Amino acid sequence: MVFDVVGLQALIDELIRRGYAVVGPTVREGGIVAAEIRSIDDLPRGVADHQQPGEYRLTESGADEFFGFASGATSWKPVLFPPRRMLWRHTSAAAPVAAPLDETPRALLGVRACDLHAIDVQDRVFADRAFIDPDYVSRRRHTFIVAVTCGHPSDDCFCTSMGGGPKPSAGFDILLTEIADDLGHRFVAEAGTAAGAEVVAALASRPASDDDRAAADDVADRAAAAIKRTVDTEGLRDRLYAAREHPQWDDIASRCLSCGNCTLVCPTCFCITTNDIEDLAGPVGRERVWDSCFVVEYSYIHGGPIRRSTQARYRQWLTHKFASWIDQFGTSGCVGCGRCVTWCPVGIDITEELARLSTAPPTASEKEEQ
Amino acid sequence: MKDVTQLLAEQPLFSDLGNDMFALVAGCAHNEHFGADDYLFRIGDPADRFYLVRRGLVALELVRTGGSRLIVDTVSNGGIVGLSWLVPPYRWNLDARAVEATSAVSIDAGCLRRKCEDEPRIGYVLLQRVSSALYQRMQAARVRMADVYGVPSDE
Amino acid sequence: MSETAASMRFAIELESELGEPMLPRPFVVQQTKRETADTATLSLTALDGAPTSFAPGQFTVVGRPGWGEVPISISGDPAHPDHLEHTVRAVGDASRALVGARPGDTLLLRGPYGVGWDVADGVGGNVVIVAGGIGLAPLRPALLQILAHRPRYRRVFLVYGARAPHEMLFTRQLEHWRGRFDIEVAVTVDAATPEWRGHVGLVTSVLPRADLDPDETLALVCGPEIMMRITADALVTNGLPPDHIKVSLERSMKCGVGVCGHCQLRELFVCLDGPVFRYDRVAGLMTAREL
Repeated sequence: MVFDVVGLQALIDELIRRGYAVVGPTVREGGIVAAEIRSIDDLPRGVADHQQPGEYRLTESGADEFFGFASGATSWKPVLFPPRRMLWRHTSAAAPVAAPLDETPRALLGVRACDLHAIDVQDRVFADRAFIDPDYVSRRRHTFIVAVTCGHPSDDCFCTSMGGGPKPSAGFDILLTEIADDLGHRFVAEAGTAAGAEVVAALASRPASDDDRAAADDVADRAAAAIKRTVDTEGLRDRLYAAREHPQWDDIASRCLSCGNCTLVCPTCFCITTNDIEDLAGPVGRERVWDSCFVVEYSYIHGGPIRRSTQARYRQWLTHKFASWIDQFGTSGCVGCGRCVTWCPVGIDITEELARLSTAPPTASEKEEQ
Repeated sequence: MKDVTQLLAEQPLFSDLGNDMFALVAGCAHNEHFGADDYLFRIGDPADRFYLVRRGLVALELVRTGGSRLIVDTVSNGGIVGLSWLVPPYRWNLDARAVEATSAVSIDAGCLRRKCEDEPRIGYVLLQRVSSALYQRMQAARVRMADVYGVPSDE
Repeated sequence: MSETAASMRFAIELESELGEPMLPRPFVVQQTKRETADTATLSLTALDGAPTSFAPGQFTVVGRPGWGEVPISISGDPAHPDHLEHTVRAVGDASRALVGARPGDTLLLRGPYGVGWDVADGVGGNVVIVAGGIGLAPLRPALLQILAHRPRYRRVFLVYGARAPHEMLFTRQLEHWRGRFDIEVAVTVDAATPEWRGHVGLVTSVLPRADLDPDETLALVCGPEIMMRITADALVTNGLPPDHIKVSLERSMKCGVGVCGHCQLRELFVCLDGPVFRYDRVAGLMTAREL
């Protein structure tokens, strides 16, 4: 199916008509942020993003595209896994009562392949193990996904190394590929599920021609070719485990501020902590909030934190993401979205660091020669 | 009723020594018995003999300021009581008290030191074995200094 | 509306069938017993009266309302699940609040969680239980379970090391065990005054010296990590294969159900894959600096 810009508004209207809150990318305070939208005017039309290690800014793309940028700051993680959530409350009865589950129907508009991959990774963490998060499952079941083929990866992206690519193959209800060429500004739409097909069928559209399909493939191919960074994942888990005492960790630690930005923007990081909530009358309940392995208290047991040094905490994060995660969940924890590289205040590039950690450290005599 | 050479042969410190070595050392050994709360030796006394516990329990004690006593180690069957005989000025640093009725083989330290000087081979083998016991005791003492059962204070 | 991508992904029919793993149940303190200056054993029953079955070595996450919650090993008899015993040492705010609990107080509890000692692995052979300090608490259920099925095992040893005689746990029960003919008990302390008529030294100095067939012997070791490592290494030096030794590890825990991430030891979640581990699996990780 193909529809034009008017059709995009019609898609949003149809989703709203079906009861979904449509959440899409918007420009807010100099960044791309997911927010509830009602109109295509809310979208970042003609906006592109410049991303480098430690740098992020929006620019004018010069092209008439709604989705002409790479990754936004926040990813879709807060939608399915909110940063703060009440778990249970004390009531007048003795037993605490679980907080109600979120059942808001939401349609996510503009989910890229990397973020779709991240949702799949988080599905394994929250919904596919001994203990399942019922709120995640509830939110997930009430979520309709309109994915987009990524046409403009940033310099920090490396999805192609992490088992993904600019065009997602599954996990969406509708996939849009935006094309803005001589033949017009249009969207090639693919349904991924029966629900997606129902919505598309309700829109005025025409069948996709061979030219449309070729143009859509071209968007994905050009995007894949534009990816600059790579990670060699072959044997990476074993290499990282073996690199436990590699001197490169000290080098990274001399730069890392342990600010935890990487864990905030990462679409797969899932660590939490809990707090008791009280008011003047007494205990109210318990909430769950996002936590980060970079926080010193994260590994605290009586006597002090086990990972005191920045070096140990950085090593924990990177080794978990690319190695231990595989043993725990069957996939890598990284999807190659590049956000941690962009949002690191000192510009640590994990693709470079992984390459250095994968090589044997210099011997004593080699160090002397340097 | 075993004679002292048989009892000596049962001790790990002297087991599997060659016959000639063993015969030399056996000449320095005597069988001794202590009742509960008898002292084997006291701090400051000349370290002229040491003991290999056959059966029983011996406590090594320090006396703290104010006179209270602290047991810092115990030695039971097969263990060595007394190591100060190895190192000048050959004086005991601790009290050794039998906690219960204890039988031990005592070795005349002067006699053994002379024999080791005459036959350095014996000296070397015994030193290796005593060093092993010393090493383990030192390791154990260091671990106890770490106060592993205490609650560490936050640093 | 047909199945969305999300609802197809999950086989679960209704979210309402899924419990909230973080929701605690109220328990009432029936009895408290002060074991040492900073340690108490609490006996709890569920407010709704339901028994809570557990395996020796498992833990719960428990706390006083408004005072957080902490993972505490269950220290009682698994044959009596109507009463859950927990031996708690006051090392922080939440544990101090537990140690100060009084009969009649309500506590909030989740669990039991974790992989336990699985004493059945020792059936037909010898079992050597080595406890250091408060490590005797998670081992007591294992010992009680073994004694309840005594004929299934050969020789049974309990080795217990504490800092000082007045810092020992379960003293009355220890005396009872020492009086039995079917269990060999050795107790040692780090230091003592002369009233103490027993051993002084590390637990390694009182490990059983009997000739035990290593293929037919299981060792269960619990205490501070240094003590567990030294004990396990001494057992290995004496010929016991590392996969016949089990230890119980401790890490920071916020959830106890594998979602908060805090208890990770490389790829292991101590709350899900442990806290009891075979020594061959974790020996290398235990010595790793700041892992």
